[in-house]
Amino acid sequence: MRTERRWGLRALGLGYLLALLLAPVAMIFYKTFEHGLAPPLEAITSPDGLHALKLTLLMVAISVPLNTVFGVGCALLLVRHRARGSALIDAVINLPFAISPVVIGLSLYLLYGTHGWFGPTLAEAGIKVLFSVPGMVLASIFVSLPFVVRETVPVLQEIGTEQEQAASTLGANAWQTFWRVTLPAIRWGVAYGVVLTTARVLGEFGAVTIVSGSISGQTQTLPLFVEKQFQNFNAPGAYGASVVLALLALTTLLAMNVLKRKEDA
Amino acid sequence: MAISVEGACKRFGDFQALREVSIEVPDGSLTALLGPSGSGKSTLLRAIAGLETLDSGRVMIRGDDVSTQPAQKREVGFVFQHYAAFKHMTVFGNVAFGLKIRKWDKADVERRVHELLDLVQLDGLAERYPSQLSGGQRQRMALARALAVQPKVLLLDEPFGALDAKVRKDLRAWLRNLHDEMHVTTIFVTHDQEEAMDVAEQLVVMNDGRVEQSGSAADLYDHPANEFVMSFVGEVNRLGEHFVRPHDMTVSLDRDAGEEEAMVRRIVALGFEVRVELVLGDGTEVWAQLTRSELQRLELQEGQIVYLKPGQTKSFNGDVPSSDGRGASTPLGSQDGGDAEVSAAV
Repeated sequence: MRTERRWGLRALGLGYLLALLLAPVAMIFYKTFEHGLAPPLEAITSPDGLHALKLTLLMVAISVPLNTVFGVGCALLLVRHRARGSALIDAVINLPFAISPVVIGLSLYLLYGTHGWFGPTLAEAGIKVLFSVPGMVLASIFVSLPFVVRETVPVLQEIGTEQEQAASTLGANAWQTFWRVTLPAIRWGVAYGVVLTTARVLGEFGAVTIVSGSISGQTQTLPLFVEKQFQNFNAPGAYGASVVLALLALTTLLAMNVLKRKEDA
Repeated sequence: MAISVEGACKRFGDFQALREVSIEVPDGSLTALLGPSGSGKSTLLRAIAGLETLDSGRVMIRGDDVSTQPAQKREVGFVFQHYAAFKHMTVFGNVAFGLKIRKWDKADVERRVHELLDLVQLDGLAERYPSQLSGGQRQRMALARALAVQPKVLLLDEPFGALDAKVRKDLRAWLRNLHDEMHVTTIFVTHDQEEAMDVAEQLVVMNDGRVEQSGSAADLYDHPANEFVMSFVGEVNRLGEHFVRPHDMTVSLDRDAGEEEAMVRRIVALGFEVRVELVLGDGTEVWAQLTRSELQRLELQEGQIVYLKPGQTKSFNGDVPSSDGRGASTPLGSQDGGDAEVSAAV
């Protein structure tokens, strides 16, 4: 009776995952290669496709390091230097989770547009934010900001302060303590945050659509490229780009797992 | 004096952890800070290390006022109850940490680390990670790490608290030997009076953020300054205004030999020692410590009526250091039993 129930629960859990997560992803892979490698390959190696891929990687290359540094710093502030205002920071950090990406895109549009608060001043200085890379980076950073903080805070709390105190009695200053003791102790929390941040930036659609204008070959990231191909009834192109996106995300996850396994061995 | 603390006060929110605490620790001594939890002993130790900042008062190490110096500048070795091992570093890496921070030469680091691992009997385990060590080994590693940088003083915060009884006893003896070899001024915190008396030359008894008394184990046991010290250092029975040690209780079957009538409630044999729990006529519960042979001679039974004769008793007048609100400076070694009135049996 007991084992039967356990198997029943297991089947239910697996079935749920299969129907909601695995089936759609498998379907994309199946559809992509339904007519062989050539059609999706052609779509993704088109100049616009390649540009979209490069732009997406550029978003990752800029947003992820910035959010990692900010995230670790912010987590340290929240956990180790619990001061007045921490509760407010703690709440504000979750905003990107709470607000729809489209709304984030719109708010950036309102700030940096021709009639926005900062738009005219920046335009005079010759800096174009909207419909170009800076705006897209801002949007990517905004939507992926909480991940490193959220993954690092519990690990920092868990390791406690004794190792850091031990380091200080051994003569280490704050900087040495951070690099030699704190960071190595929290590295897997940070790494997990980085993976989630990367995945989020790779896939960001809503906010980037609005601030980029989705101009082919100029301000189109891979998700925007997928949507455009889909709108233009170019199914192989859309599927091909989707698979590339999925593979990039999978690689990130795998890279972390490999590193972690090496570490544990 | 290697360490002196003057008028140390520390408050955490509503909790007054230290109330004008002053202690002096002679060079090369091994001193125990003894007290129940919440007595302020760990706070005092952490204040000496610079891990807590005092609200007022001074900490002097070898004559220098270090009160405003951060922990990293104080050159103290600190050992934590839960080891605080650097989990991502090997045993070697842990012990080498302080030396690498001081930018020692690689060959010197190697030599010094192995010297210390040899000292703490961990030399074969240099490449292990802390998670692969037992509790006792981890604590010895932590000790080697603290000693590597040749600290001016060694501070140990309940160093054996997380270990089981057997390992704890071994490590105690081992720490005692190590201290005899190294002569580094050491302070260790403990709530275990037996451990304090076993290891330390000097004891500082703390309670409620104050120093109650300091001195050698024998001083504190024979001349306790007040009721708290008497009951915390060793066992005690209270008979009205008088206090008497359980081993100073004479149990007799002869009515004329005793002063107090009592009923034997329970007899607990603890090996050589026997604990006889008694109830007096007025309901007071006391116990007497007898030897096995005494018990056999008396042929005591539970429920039997016996006669007690307290040997040496003590009573304390109201004017004890714990109640005057200020812990006076109490240099170690001074035999201050002045508040205790030693009286013969009534």
